[in-house]
Amino acid sequence: MKFRGKLVDVACVNHFTRVITTISKLTKTCVLRLTPDNLFFVLSGKVANGGVGMWCELPQANFFDEYQMEGVSSEDNEICLEVTPENLSRALKTIQCAKAVKVKLTRKHCPCLTIAAELPTLSSTSRVVTHDVPVDVIPRRLWHEFKEPSMPDFDVSIYLPPLKTMKNVVDRMKNLSNFLVIEANLNGEMNLKIETDLVSVTTHFKDLGNPPWGKTSLSPGSRDPEAMAQARVDIRKLQQFLMGQQVNPSKAMCNIVHEGVVHLILLHEDVSLQYFIPAVA
Amino acid sequence: MPLSTQSQPDDEQYVLVASMDNARNLSNILKAISFKDHAIFSATPNGLKVTVEDSKCLQANAFIQADIFQEFNIREDLVGFQVNLTVLLDCLNIFGGSAVSGVSTALRMCYRGYGYPLTLFLEEGGVVTVCKINTQEPEEPIDFDFCTSNVTNKVILLSESLKEAFSELDMTSEVLQITMSPNQPYFRLSTFGNSGNAHYDYPKDSDMMEFFKCTKTQTNRYKMSLLKPSTKALALSCKVSVRTDSRGFLSLQYLVRNDDGQICFVEYYCCPDEEVGED
Repeated sequence: MKFRGKLVDVACVNHFTRVITTISKLTKTCVLRLTPDNLFFVLSGKVANGGVGMWCELPQANFFDEYQMEGVSSEDNEICLEVTPENLSRALKTIQCAKAVKVKLTRKHCPCLTIAAELPTLSSTSRVVTHDVPVDVIPRRLWHEFKEPSMPDFDVSIYLPPLKTMKNVVDRMKNLSNFLVIEANLNGEMNLKIETDLVSVTTHFKDLGNPPWGKTSLSPGSRDPEAMAQARVDIRKLQQFLMGQQVNPSKAMCNIVHEGVVHLILLHEDVSLQYFIPAVA
Repeated sequence: MPLSTQSQPDDEQYVLVASMDNARNLSNILKAISFKDHAIFSATPNGLKVTVEDSKCLQANAFIQADIFQEFNIREDLVGFQVNLTVLLDCLNIFGGSAVSGVSTALRMCYRGYGYPLTLFLEEGGVVTVCKINTQEPEEPIDFDFCTSNVTNKVILLSESLKEAFSELDMTSEVLQITMSPNQPYFRLSTFGNSGNAHYDYPKDSDMMEFFKCTKTQTNRYKMSLLKPSTKALALSCKVSVRTDSRGFLSLQYLVRNDDGQICFVEYYCCPDEEVGED
């Protein structure tokens, strides 16, 4: 099992840091899957995580200048590590000015991802800062838990409004309630609702548009465009998702399985992030 | 404009309809009195008065005159109800309530009458939020019986000068002592904290002092914990009038200018903590 990669471009280092920071806002721990072509950050929707799932995909070639890996075996050419994204993000944030960053899987007192940054210097001696971030290697027999989640058989798919607007609304609603109902239809309308003993609040978004796949996957005309599909979710989970976003993605979508799950998808250039929030009764 | 078209046909059913282009003009002034959850709303054709009280010793009133609203329709002489102020402020700021220029939240506030919720329609950038805040039976606000005729001492200061003093006040002191006098020290704030006593004196001919009329030397103590919420109003205001009456009751009136340059008032009444003998 071997892994080493090198980032040389400042923009790549920044971008990589942003992605990791976003992930660190979403979850304390997750699994980093390394394959010859991609890096995946995965959180499987287990009860222990409150049923929240995450799938983030990064093509290695868009970040790394050099990338070498050797998986567990030639047929299972992958490495699965349990990481604390917060630790990675903290390490990366301190080396934003680095000329080059090497990321390596090492064995110190425990398995570590070693991040070595070559910092700019005025004299001839080079300055290298090294961070050892402890990780856990996940044995082959547990890998099946970290496969790409299948696209749920959703009732409605809709584009999200600007995430900043949505974040403001959700932040305020969180002050008022613990649960939020998110509902949407195939007419480009989405509502966020809360209801407590003191107050009921509904925010109406319209003209959002529905991604084309929604219409093809559902046989056309099978669903009343006005009919709302809804899911009641833990408002903190949605807030976490919105809080983590560092940049406005080029595409943000939401799929709702009526009273089942809210599936959020963000596409930002080369990075895709999927987030699953289960509905509660 | 979705707000107006949406609710106009129902207007007859409401006893109170008030709307404004910038919800911040309401939320900012309500923030100045938000130290307790319960707020008593009294609307008259002149405008809206919102009252918050604490411990039967402190009362804060915010006055929002009818002309601050773009529309203010009231069908009765007096409409009163009580709502949770924290909830109301969260609703008014649902879109973030930021001061970004060019972006403002339009507000339309409707009330159907006894037993009905206070309904807010808020709109920003084409997104509409509808809030229904449950109302309660309004409590009778305490009458502090503070009459202009009983005022013994009065000063008007630019808030700037008082902000500085309040930001440096020794909060370990349980009380703030206010001395007002026709003679030296004219206007003095004193604290008695862990690290010693402190006095802030304002000369009566200072540029900061806009008005000075003290007829009698008066020294009164007020609980710091009660006065603390008034700093929220102070922060927003440009002028403040400090008055005491013959019983030692304190009245603080703040003149607040909103985003559109209009003027609103916030006032605080506070009971004295104890009688102080002549030192």
